Amino acid sequence: MSVIYLLLTISIVVALVFFAAFIISVRSGQYDDSYTPSVRMLFEDEVVKNTTIEPTTKIKKSNQLNKKQNL
Amino acid sequence: MSKCYHCGDNCNITAIVFDDKNFCCNGCKTVYEIFQSNDLTYYYDLQSGAGTTPLAIEGKYDFLTSNTIAQRLIEFDDGTVQIVNLFIPGIHCSSCIWVLENLKKLHPGITNSQVDFPKKTVRVTFKAELVTLKELVILLAKIGYEPYISLDDYDKGKSKTDRSILYKLGVAGFAFGNIMFLSFPEYFEVGEFWLDQYKGLFRWLMFAFSLPVVFYAGSDYLISAYKGLRSGLLNIDVPIALGVLVLFTRSSFEIFFDLGSGFFDSLTGLIFFLLVGRFFQQKTYSFLSFERDYKSYFPIAVTRLSKKKKEETVQVYDIKRGDRLLIRNKELIPVDGILINGKAQIDYSFVTGESEPVQKISGDKVFAGGRQCYGAIEIETLKSVSQSYLTQLWGNSVFQKDKTTAFQTLTDSIGKRFTIAVLAIAIIAASFWMYQDSSKVFNVFTAVLIIACPCAIALAAPFTLGNMLRIFGRKKFYLKDSSVIEQLAQIDTAIFDKTGTITTTQSSSISYEGMELSVEEESLLKNTLRASNHPLSRSLYALLKEHDIETLDEYREYTGKGVQGVKDKSDVKVGSADFVGHQQQSDYNSTSVHVSANDAYKGCFVFNNNYREGVSEVFKEMGRYMDLAVISGDNSGEKTRLEKLLPKLTPLYFNQKPTDKLEFISELQANDKKVLMVGDGLNDAGALAQSNVGLAISENINVFSPACDGILDATKFKYLNNYILASKKAIKIIKLCFILSLMYNVVGLYFAVTGQLEPVIAAILMPLSSISIVAFATLATNVIGKKLN
Repeated sequence: MSVIYLLLTISIVVALVFFAAFIISVRSGQYDDSYTPSVRMLFEDEVVKNTTIEPTTKIKKSNQLNKKQNL
Repeated sequence: MSKCYHCGDNCNITAIVFDDKNFCCNGCKTVYEIFQSNDLTYYYDLQSGAGTTPLAIEGKYDFLTSNTIAQRLIEFDDGTVQIVNLFIPGIHCSSCIWVLENLKKLHPGITNSQVDFPKKTVRVTFKAELVTLKELVILLAKIGYEPYISLDDYDKGKSKTDRSILYKLGVAGFAFGNIMFLSFPEYFEVGEFWLDQYKGLFRWLMFAFSLPVVFYAGSDYLISAYKGLRSGLLNIDVPIALGVLVLFTRSSFEIFFDLGSGFFDSLTGLIFFLLVGRFFQQKTYSFLSFERDYKSYFPIAVTRLSKKKKEETVQVYDIKRGDRLLIRNKELIPVDGILINGKAQIDYSFVTGESEPVQKISGDKVFAGGRQCYGAIEIETLKSVSQSYLTQLWGNSVFQKDKTTAFQTLTDSIGKRFTIAVLAIAIIAASFWMYQDSSKVFNVFTAVLIIACPCAIALAAPFTLGNMLRIFGRKKFYLKDSSVIEQLAQIDTAIFDKTGTITTTQSSSISYEGMELSVEEESLLKNTLRASNHPLSRSLYALLKEHDIETLDEYREYTGKGVQGVKDKSDVKVGSADFVGHQQQSDYNSTSVHVSANDAYKGCFVFNNNYREGVSEVFKEMGRYMDLAVISGDNSGEKTRLEKLLPKLTPLYFNQKPTDKLEFISELQANDKKVLMVGDGLNDAGALAQSNVGLAISENINVFSPACDGILDATKFKYLNNYILASKKAIKIIKLCFILSLMYNVVGLYFAVTGQLEPVIAAILMPLSSISIVAFATLATNVIGKKLN
């Protein structure tokens, strides 16, 4: 029955790992802004779709691009 | 009428068509071009008409070239890479987030940008050798996202976010869960063989888990109770701290002497629930600031003209008496001074709430806080920044004291009676058992203190008020913190500012006084106004009847005076009284535009401020249960109109200086009145700070409003009374919660005084009472919120 020592140790270590993960995530500022990431995660895919649809405008306007970059 | 593809505003007759899309102005078109050429048109797919029209900005950010100023703003700088955090009030939708996070596509010098939407800030990482801070800011302004940089940014150090509540919540939750798990076997199978073997280990583990909870997570309650006792106050934290300490010592005592398993589960659960309540109550509107003073309005630096007429950028604190300053169009005047050169049209809306610009000629005094609206002017400084007329107001002691600490909340006031009652019951019960069975005295005494620990009472207010705060926020009524709701419920006097508070600056009604205009004259007038871009011309243009568009033979604009149009030998002049050749008898101060035809004076259009929708109703309803008054910095010109609008005998005070308003309120408070001040401009700042509840009315909550306890969106002004009534109902809910939790306490006390309090009963009763109180408070406030308009 001394296996209980082992089980207890494992369970507490697992709990501590999650606890540490929580502390680290708070420290890194993940909970400072809980709204923007929810919007941001929806962006990426659409951008790819968008660029494949309109490749012509990109090339056509590329000289303008350089001009605008010297703002 | 077509909508602008970029900003969504209505395009006037002169829509600019580009790339098959309509734009309302060249600014919007330019932004579209920038986005299109850099492959950022996805911006418009996310939300149509999301953009903001960029404003003219020449010379405005010259101060950013100064290294000392730039260094104060930049957060991180290692020579090559710099990071800056900029506040952009224009951030309002997902398109904004997307385009600002794709800044790197617009400029190769920008490596990364991240938006914090609730705070409306963007954090930009850029390479210093490729792009300077000034270029970055101008780039943002060009795409319609102009950062707001004020004196406040210059003063504040690197702010650190306080995350201690999250850590504490984490510690308490972690320990609570583990202790529940460890104490579970003991709830049911007390006599089991294997459990007996290991119960020592289980108990000591629980003890170890509870240590950080009591001494770290719960430390706020212990400290607050200690402070309360030292200053002779029995706040709600006293019985909580008492409960926590008794729970901890008795539980430790029990496991030391192997008497039982202790109450570690209830102890950690109690602290965890209390912290959840505190976390819930902390609803903050991070994009709004309730602590603003003049520093948030003032620019960091201005242009000074040196003796040799050379322009140089100086920090505003370095401006000395006698300095010549150049104030450009749309810049704020930071100091009191005398106008030397140029035509001044000064908009004092920050100071007075009055939106029409005031004209000044050279030699006139100009006051700090005004915004120059037309061209560049030169002024000579009379007083330094901190001694100017407006900024002196902040020297008053009301701005130093903290309003919330002086206010005793409902929970704290019940805490006192509660503590005394609980101690009395504990002593009576203990002395009863002294005679019956003296071995149980210690048990009963501590059990009473444990079970009576007012967890549910302490949770009632945070959840009711915290939820109310969120409901109000959805209805565009933003409060600083939850104690404002309690104070709002106690208000018995309400003072309103006039200009900008009960009148609106958005629309004005125009009335014509003088000789009737003939059809030809009116047609000519309309055609003349068509060409002018002055705001007054635009609103007058909209008022006049539709006439055919005719080409004028001659059109001339006299800046700061008026416009003239000639057609078929007849001419019309519109503008100031001097300009049309009329001796103005100025018996009142309202804005007027004069008209003359063929050099004969015709009459004038008077612009009256409109009163907000529902002003009469709000006054009528609020007048039923509180005293009302209007206090205004203006002259009494509007007196008759106001008297007609407001309930009879509402006191009206005119010509009140900012300090007069402040003193008026403190006099009322000296007579034991609880005063609500509703204002808008910086001139109300003193009164807002002095009053029990200071509410700022704001046409646009992103624009700055003075320091206050709450900000009410102007469109919701008519609901002000409903909001106050809802606050009163919220207080009733808290009282009901108190009754409910006292009933739980009675049940618990029965077990305690009879000496049969088992840990399992405490472990059931404590969370049950807390959760039912939380559920009741949340449901009841949601019902109120549903009924609210």
